[in-house]
Amino acid sequence: MNEETSERRIVLPGELIGEGASLRPGQGAYRDRADGRIYASRVGVMGKHSGYVNVVPLSGVYDPQKDDLVIGIISEVGQSNWLVNINGIYPAPLHVNEVPWRVEFGETSKYLNHGDAVLVKVFSVDETKNVQVSMKDRNLRKLSGGQIITVDPTKVPRVIGKSGSMINLVKSYTDVWIFVGQNGRIWISGGDASMQVAIAAIAKIESEAHTTGLTDRMKQWLEEHGTVKPAGDAKPDEFAAPRGNSGNAEENKDASEETSE
Amino acid sequence: MGGKCDIELIDKKGKRVDGRTPEQLRDVKIEVGVLHGADGSCYLEWGGNKVMAGVYGPREAVPRRVQNARRAIVQCKYNMAAFSVDERKRPGPDRRSREISKVISEALEAVVLTEMFPRASIDVNIEILQAEAGTRCAGLTAAAVAMADAGIPMRDIPVACAAGKAGGHVVMDLGKLEDNFGEADLPIAIAPRTGEILLMQMDGHLTPEEFERAFQLAFDGCIKVGELQKKALMEKYAKAVPEGNGNEAAKEE
Amino acid sequence: MSATTVSVILKDYLYKLAKEGKRQDGRTLDSYREIEITPGVIDSAEGSAKVKIGNTLVYAGIKMQIGTPYPDTPASGVISTSAELLPIAHPDFEAGPPDESAIELARVVDRGIRESGIVQLDKLCITPNEKVWMCYIDLHIIDHDGNLFDACSLAALAAIYNTTVPNARFELGEDCPLPLLPEPPISCTFVKYGGIIVADPAIEEEQVAEARITVATDEKGDIRAMQKGLNGTFTFSEIKEVIKMTQDKGAQIRKMLKKA
Repeated sequence: MNEETSERRIVLPGELIGEGASLRPGQGAYRDRADGRIYASRVGVMGKHSGYVNVVPLSGVYDPQKDDLVIGIISEVGQSNWLVNINGIYPAPLHVNEVPWRVEFGETSKYLNHGDAVLVKVFSVDETKNVQVSMKDRNLRKLSGGQIITVDPTKVPRVIGKSGSMINLVKSYTDVWIFVGQNGRIWISGGDASMQVAIAAIAKIESEAHTTGLTDRMKQWLEEHGTVKPAGDAKPDEFAAPRGNSGNAEENKDASEETSE
Repeated sequence: MGGKCDIELIDKKGKRVDGRTPEQLRDVKIEVGVLHGADGSCYLEWGGNKVMAGVYGPREAVPRRVQNARRAIVQCKYNMAAFSVDERKRPGPDRRSREISKVISEALEAVVLTEMFPRASIDVNIEILQAEAGTRCAGLTAAAVAMADAGIPMRDIPVACAAGKAGGHVVMDLGKLEDNFGEADLPIAIAPRTGEILLMQMDGHLTPEEFERAFQLAFDGCIKVGELQKKALMEKYAKAVPEGNGNEAAKEE
Repeated sequence: MSATTVSVILKDYLYKLAKEGKRQDGRTLDSYREIEITPGVIDSAEGSAKVKIGNTLVYAGIKMQIGTPYPDTPASGVISTSAELLPIAHPDFEAGPPDESAIELARVVDRGIRESGIVQLDKLCITPNEKVWMCYIDLHIIDHDGNLFDACSLAALAAIYNTTVPNARFELGEDCPLPLLPEPPISCTFVKYGGIIVADPAIEEEQVAEARITVATDEKGDIRAMQKGLNGTFTFSEIKEVIKMTQDKGAQIRKMLKKA
């Protein structure tokens, strides 16, 4: 995450984090027009990367990005679309053309109704932050059964872990299906006892999200509380967190694809 | 301001009625992230003031007519508990609390990067649980911390403090008796990094020289309280990233 | 957008657990979350308390003022209870005058205290027909995570046990504690969903609940106030079961209140 700088510290809004025209403000940062310097706009962890200085926020609402996979809840049913609560700022419309079914005008509620949970993809975010979602992709569908919990969206990368290591660890000890939406909603389905353990494990990951050695501690915790033993070796290589720099976001998306143990 | 009072608000040695020096703030205590429901929150004690602030948003502004298509708005609700004052206050907003809500909304909005969230609202709730002079400064200061805790993008963390004149002297951060019987009150809020003034109100009577002195005192107070805001935020968030290479943290358990 | 669009999945999940007699947070059906009672937190009030039940947080403050008695009770003091569902407490609460939920809440708390006779109103008379003490109980709801009824009732009780009558300020002699009976009735609230009845509902349980009931019992186990809410129903045997649970839980909570 911080390949280009050894400096990695917590900053607060208004804190100076960079100078000079060659450096540009990225996420959580802004350039003051008066003095040309770059300051933090969020509480977060500062890092410099490819000519940008960023503040990875430690709190805040979900900010949808194109191609995010998220768990939505239908909040309104219209004649030719649904409004989906995606735990973001605005409800996102889901048009009848963006679902895998042929829906006649006015028959939307036959397919999805108020309160239904859906696995959807953010397919566009425009300049004024209008978000549209789609269900037309493999694995996208209406969810049923299981339970949905919500974590702080800023902690989603940690819940997933490098290349999905953390969430796979939880799955391997609980034998449940888990899908982590980028919007902080997590769907868990399986036996009751296993679901309880998985929910508790995710709560623990969330509350200790920014401590080091968490993977090892979670492994220990799951050894004690897990409902099943992992099949075969616990694949220690996966937890060694290879330092790929090909963009964590991409890796996280792969990792959040649903898999079952 | 300007009530009659037999009490000496400041003695010949420059000691104020509550024992402070003219340049001294009351004690300020700040806690971050105290509420479960709000997106960001702060509990603040400032002298005898006890304030809870909770922030929701950014979220879609309702009703729709208040939405601004180009940017977010800040909607502050300053509210006093019925039991927060000596004479029970009728619950609900009155003219005073509406005015304070408005000036605080505007002051906070000045630092928020509002263009990032068109049509959204940042809802800031300030609950005064116990009031003892200076509730708008305490409320704004708590609200700013709650906004930072909620992850609202902003240019700076606003902070407020008052100064005024009591017993013929310009003093920092008026206490209850000074507020009731003093000659002037000057609450201000600033963006501490740039020194920009976000809120300024004055009532009473000050000469231009006294005003300058009072402004300087209030400004100094803002800087001091601003440090406490940052310390409180760091107390919550510094835990978020371990120091050193992390080996120690891994061994903690 | 409404933050509490209740998902069908949540409802199904809670109902499924209910079938096995379980709750989402692992509590038994009759158990409460952790209760914290802190009296005397507000200096500007004549009595006050902060009560937490789980994440639900309520402040209660008592203001004592002098007023005129009601014509039909010329020698009795007056109690008045108000509750505000403040917008700070929940994303769906809006500022404004109390809605019917806030009014129901305040009236249930009020009945629990007034009808129980725990405040000795006759001792709050200063001059019959002219001057009596008015005891204002204000409930300030700061964080709503379910079961506001019990949190508010408990905060109101803790605050009145913390109250001083400010006689000196009104030149009526020395300050004294509010004249109270020593054993308060305690309210316990239950909701019913999926065929089970659970105590101290968390907010998700309230969101899926079909029916709600609040029962106040005194130290002898007698029933002192009741309120049934929502459009679901109870059987008479369920009500009797709820009363029994209230007697048990009420005794425990009464002990905590006295210790606070």
